[in-house]
Amino acid sequence: MATPNTPLWEVFIRSRNGLAHKHVGSLHASDATMALQAARDIYTRRGEGLSIWIVPSAAITASDPAEKGMMFEPAESKIYRHPTFYEVPEEVGHM
Amino acid sequence: MYTQALNTAETDDRGLEDAGKAAQFQARIDAEERIEPNDWMPAAYRKTLTRQISQHAHSEIVGMLPEGNWITRAPTLRRKAALLAKVQDECGHGLYLYAAAETLGSSREELVDAMLAGKAKYSSIFNYPTLTWADIGTIGWLVDGAAIMNQIPLCRCSYGPYARAMIRVCKEESFHQRQGYEIMVTLCRGSDEQKAMAQDALNRWWWPVLMMFGPPDATSQHSDTSTKWKIKRFSNDELRQKFVDATVPQAQYLGLTIPDPGMTQDAAGHWRYSEIDWTEFKQVLAGNGPCNRDRMAARRKAHDEGAWVREAAAAYAAKRAQRQTAQAAE
Repeated sequence: MATPNTPLWEVFIRSRNGLAHKHVGSLHASDATMALQAARDIYTRRGEGLSIWIVPSAAITASDPAEKGMMFEPAESKIYRHPTFYEVPEEVGHM
Repeated sequence: MYTQALNTAETDDRGLEDAGKAAQFQARIDAEERIEPNDWMPAAYRKTLTRQISQHAHSEIVGMLPEGNWITRAPTLRRKAALLAKVQDECGHGLYLYAAAETLGSSREELVDAMLAGKAKYSSIFNYPTLTWADIGTIGWLVDGAAIMNQIPLCRCSYGPYARAMIRVCKEESFHQRQGYEIMVTLCRGSDEQKAMAQDALNRWWWPVLMMFGPPDATSQHSDTSTKWKIKRFSNDELRQKFVDATVPQAQYLGLTIPDPGMTQDAAGHWRYSEIDWTEFKQVLAGNGPCNRDRMAARRKAHDEGAWVREAAAAYAAKRAQRQTAQAAE
C-alpha cells in the first residue's frame, strides 16, 4: 500500500536578535505542533535559531517566474528611485 | 551527505520539447543562473535530478544503519554522544534532500516507497558491514571524506534547492570526518591490537570507498549531459584522484598502510592507484553485497513499525481540524 502523504510546512528561523526570520527549508508533519518540534530537530541542531515560524506550504501564494518581466517592470524603469540618480556638487561632500 | 556517482543522466530528449525554451534554459545554465522549482526545465533534467537527489537522500537514511550498529557499544560516553549526533545529522541530511527532491514534483512518500520497493538505489558503500569499532573511525575519515569531495562541487549545482541543501550538509559534514579521524588517531596511538584493528578496517574499506566515486570516466556514458547541465562539475576520476591525493598523507600520519602495493607517486605529486575491481562494484549495486538484504530488511521493518505513528498523528490532526470547524460553526 502506498504511504499516505503528510502535509508540507515551510520553516523560517530568526538566527539572532534583531534579524528577520529567514526561510531555511521545509518539512512534513501532520500538525503545527509536530511541525514546530520537527523544525527544531531538523534545522536548529547547532543553535541556529532563537525563534521558529512554520507556515503550511499550501498557504503560500507565489509570483510566477515566467511572468517576472511583467511583474517587476514597474521598478526596472524607475532609476530615479535610486540615490545615485541625483547629482550633488562635490563641494557639498557626502550626503 | 553520501552521494554516489552512480546517477546517470537521462538521455537528452529536447528534440521533443520546445526548442526555443530548451535553448533559453541552456543559456541560463551557461550564464551560471540557478534553476528554481517553478522555472521551465527539460523533462530529462527534472528526471535526472529527481533520481540523483532522492538516491542521495536514501543514502543518508540507509547510512544511519552501519553506524547505528555501534551506538550502544561505543567505547566511551564522549564517543557515544558524538556518534549519536552524527547519526542524527545523517537523518537531517536525508530530510533536507527529500525536501529538495520534492520541489521537482514527486512526494517524499513516493520516493521512500520506491526505495522500499527496491526500485531506487542508495550508495553501495552502506552494503558493507561495520565489524569493529575501528570501522566507525574509518567511515568518518574515508566515507565522509569521499562524500565531502563529491558534495562540495554540488553546492554550485545548477538546481537551486539541491545546491542550498548541499551547503547546509557540507557545513555539518566536517565534524563527521574529524570525529572519524580522531578515532583513528586514538587507535593508532594505542596498543598493537588497536593499531591492527585500525589497519584491518582500512584494508576492508579502502577499495569500496574508491568505488563511491562511480565508474571510471571512460565507461560512464551519461555524464556529458549532467556536465552540460552543470549538475556535475568534476568527473568521477577527477574527484577520485583528489580524494586519494588528500588521503595518502593522512594514512601516513597514522602509520597505516594503504592496501594497494602497486600505488606510486608520479612526478606531479599525484598518487596513482591500481586498477579497481569493478566486478565487485557491479555485484554490490546488483544487490549482492555483504549487507544489501539486511539494509533493505531494516528499512522496511522501521517503516512498517512506524505506520501506527503516522496513522495516529494523522487521526489526531483530523480530529483537531474537525473540532475547530465545529467550534467555528457554533
